[in-house]
Amino acid sequence: MVRVRKTRAEIEGRWREEFVVEEEEKISPWPAEASFRYIGGRVKTVDGVAKVTGSATYTVDVSLKGMLVGKFLRCPYPHARILRIDTSDAERMKGVRGVFTFLNVPKIPWYGGLTNILSDVLRFQGEEVAFVVAEDEGVAEDAVEAITVEYERLPFVVDPVEAMREDAPKVHPDGNIFAGGPSKISRGSIEQGFGEADVVLEETFRTSAVLHNSLETHSAVAHWTSIGLTVWESTQAINNIRQRLSQIFSIPLSMVRVVCEYMGGGFGAKFDPGRHTILAALASRMTGRPVKVYLSRTEENLAAGCRAQSIQRVKAGFKRDGRITAMRLEAIINLGAYAEWVPLVGGPYRMLYQIPNLETVEWGVFTNTTPHTAMRAPGFTEGTFGLESIMDMAAEELGIDPLEIRLRNYAEVEPESGVRYTSKALRDAYLIGAREFGWEQARSVRKENGKVRAAGLASVVWWGGGGPPAYAEVKLNMDGTIQVLTSTQDIGTGTRTVLAQIVAEELSVPIERVRVVIGDTSLELFSPGSGGSGTLASMGPAVRAAAIDARNQLLDIASQFLDAPPEILELRDGRIETKEGEKSIRLEDLLRQLRDFAIVGRGARGPNPDGYAVETFAAQFAEVEVDVETGAVRVLRVTSAHDSGRIINKLTAEGQVIGGVVQGLGFALLEQRAVDPASGSIINPNLFDYLLPTSFEAPEIMPVFVEPLDTRANTLGAKGLGEPPIIGVAAAIANAVSRAIDLRITQLPITPQTILEAVKKAKK
Amino acid sequence: MRIKFKLDGEYVEVDAKHTDTLLKILKDKLVVGSVHFGCGEGTCGACIVLVNGRPRYSCLTLAGYVDGKEVTTVAGLAHDGELSEIQKAFLENDAAQCGYCTPGMILTAKALLDRNPSPTDEEIFDALAGNLCRCTGYVPIINAIKSLSKKR
Ligand code: FES
Ligand code: FES
Repeated sequence: MVRVRKTRAEIEGRWREEFVVEEEEKISPWPAEASFRYIGGRVKTVDGVAKVTGSATYTVDVSLKGMLVGKFLRCPYPHARILRIDTSDAERMKGVRGVFTFLNVPKIPWYGGLTNILSDVLRFQGEEVAFVVAEDEGVAEDAVEAITVEYERLPFVVDPVEAMREDAPKVHPDGNIFAGGPSKISRGSIEQGFGEADVVLEETFRTSAVLHNSLETHSAVAHWTSIGLTVWESTQAINNIRQRLSQIFSIPLSMVRVVCEYMGGGFGAKFDPGRHTILAALASRMTGRPVKVYLSRTEENLAAGCRAQSIQRVKAGFKRDGRITAMRLEAIINLGAYAEWVPLVGGPYRMLYQIPNLETVEWGVFTNTTPHTAMRAPGFTEGTFGLESIMDMAAEELGIDPLEIRLRNYAEVEPESGVRYTSKALRDAYLIGAREFGWEQARSVRKENGKVRAAGLASVVWWGGGGPPAYAEVKLNMDGTIQVLTSTQDIGTGTRTVLAQIVAEELSVPIERVRVVIGDTSLELFSPGSGGSGTLASMGPAVRAAAIDARNQLLDIASQFLDAPPEILELRDGRIETKEGEKSIRLEDLLRQLRDFAIVGRGARGPNPDGYAVETFAAQFAEVEVDVETGAVRVLRVTSAHDSGRIINKLTAEGQVIGGVVQGLGFALLEQRAVDPASGSIINPNLFDYLLPTSFEAPEIMPVFVEPLDTRANTLGAKGLGEPPIIGVAAAIANAVSRAIDLRITQLPITPQTILEAVKKAKK
Repeated sequence: MRIKFKLDGEYVEVDAKHTDTLLKILKDKLVVGSVHFGCGEGTCGACIVLVNGRPRYSCLTLAGYVDGKEVTTVAGLAHDGELSEIQKAFLENDAAQCGYCTPGMILTAKALLDRNPSPTDEEIFDALAGNLCRCTGYVPIINAIKSLSKKR
């Protein structure tokens, strides 16, 4: 019987209502003691060969007959109005097929209506002014240069604190404050809580805007024909892109197809269509030719999003025994020039500890800088730095071990809602992580020839429960191969591999027989975007349900072939056998006899359980070595202990942890989008001056998985892992460095200069 | 100008402008999918190919430079469907996530191991200094290289 249920689904802390259609009988979760062939193993990626041989195709590799190339002219100033724009020279150039400006494109609202797809008012350096399509890239570039623009330069503001002043230049006519005021969330009474405190600490923490710098820049190929619009896009959400295109162009969903077979990283920046996508589509509609556009590295770093800069003023009250009595956060979050949402810097403050009296005040502020976008655990990576720094300050002040003070404020139930967790093994993560790291020995500060070693730790909370809607099919082919079909995508986390593992496990076939077909909306099997650490927890249960449905059909059919009741049939190693093994048939022999009848199993992701919170946790430990002479910090090793529920693939899970930790190290020590306050120009929109971690910086990293049995979250018992590994790294490193130099680090990145200045100041 | 070179063991001939980069020729004219654009300015390594066995940023190499030389891409490493040692090591160590940096990484690693079969950690860092990866955190890549080091 088909049942329809209404449920709530979450991505990165933003909730929406969804209807879910459930067809199958209830599927029970895998039990704790299940013995698996693939689940939980170290399974090599099923698409790894395509990547190491270079046959994996990315959007920039898409090449169609008659394809044109598009290029942008971008605004050189942080804030300007176009007084006059002359495109006539560009239009006359041989090979130019179209020039688009605010004068001749439809007024498509952009960034939630704060501007249009092209506009005469430009609010950040790098904002799109004009778009040229031409027969080849060189011509398009020359044509861009041939456009002349007369700008009126407008007063600008790039600093969020300045932007909050009454008399600051206005980024938008309605002012610089998102939604006109802060988002204020409170519980208990902070006045009373601070009154009860034995110790009250106050500090201001600052994090920098950092850039995703996926190795593949944003790119799209659009082809508009009489049957509709096809877009190849480097994206982490093909279905979202499809819906947006359908809305923007007022064409039915059935006329939009979005494809992304492989993509070179996203980290949050590739959820939505970009202006490049829309303009490529418009140009294709106009010319009848396919249009490709890809951003240069500089364009990527000027206009493709960033992690928002934050300023966190924290006040925290503690009892002598380390229990928190009250906390207040006031956060100022630099959204850049446009935004439709504010990253939840207050998230960890609200969710990590049992804080009886709490107030978080979060200001989203517009400035004339790159619009922010989601970046791996947006808000939480920033907020955790502030929260976990003040926790360490309290530990120092009160003479309590940093690990102990965290255990004393452990949240047994979800602190905001009071509901239980489907599972929470953060305590195990702390204790096992501490043991593996050797916290007892490492926490003492050791000095050796001018270098100081010390350790620090931080805790992590994040969502990552995934949810509906998510649909999949599992198809048993005549030749005994199996196809998994769903229109999800892989951003490099190994989606194909975990889905293949689940099917190989349920159908008891070698994984080599399973082929996962994803990355194309024309499969018409909806999947959510790959974000919020939700892909596995959303798609896995849908795929498992589809595999079970296929298995049930297969056993029904086999029972008639073998003349045995289906209840006594089992799938074993590619064969269907009676329990005692007296009757048996190979899967491919059975399927061959069915000829063209392919068994198709269908599966849907059920809703998350009511009355429970599904969250992921981690405890991260870092050991650093600080050279007090030069200010250089080297991270020696990191232990990252995670509760992400059941781990489906140890190999790729470790990969997520290691990769996330190194990105966190970049946020902690190296990365910073720098703006010149006088001119408002971005100083480092390239990989020469913007420092990414290299192999040299990578420390020794030990991933640990505590794997509680979670039978409530979903039928896999798996929770997300993409984002948690980055969240606490900067805080753990900053805590370690602070202990090493005996001075509190309050700002990221921790550059040699910060250290030397801090040391100098302390000497005075 | 007309240039002629060996691409993964086969002679190819193409017309190129004096200003064309090797990256442009490989991608646009010879439709080599495994050579990736990451920055176009010598900062990321996604475009690396081997020219006479040495890693080069194809985005900064003029096409004319390879005339008469031998260019190897990652597609030229496997033989008769059998992956090369370094490709296998990348696979075993899960050294490719999104895979975009992977061809450049593999070629750099191969060039390193070809001239120095047992590199030290420092030598590995030096060799990889021009190759960025935003996904893997490098450790699996370093492990893949070390797994082939002759010292073990
Ligand atoms: S594309 Fe050549 S180094 Fe980045
Ligand atoms: S695997 Fe994605 S950049 Fe290296």
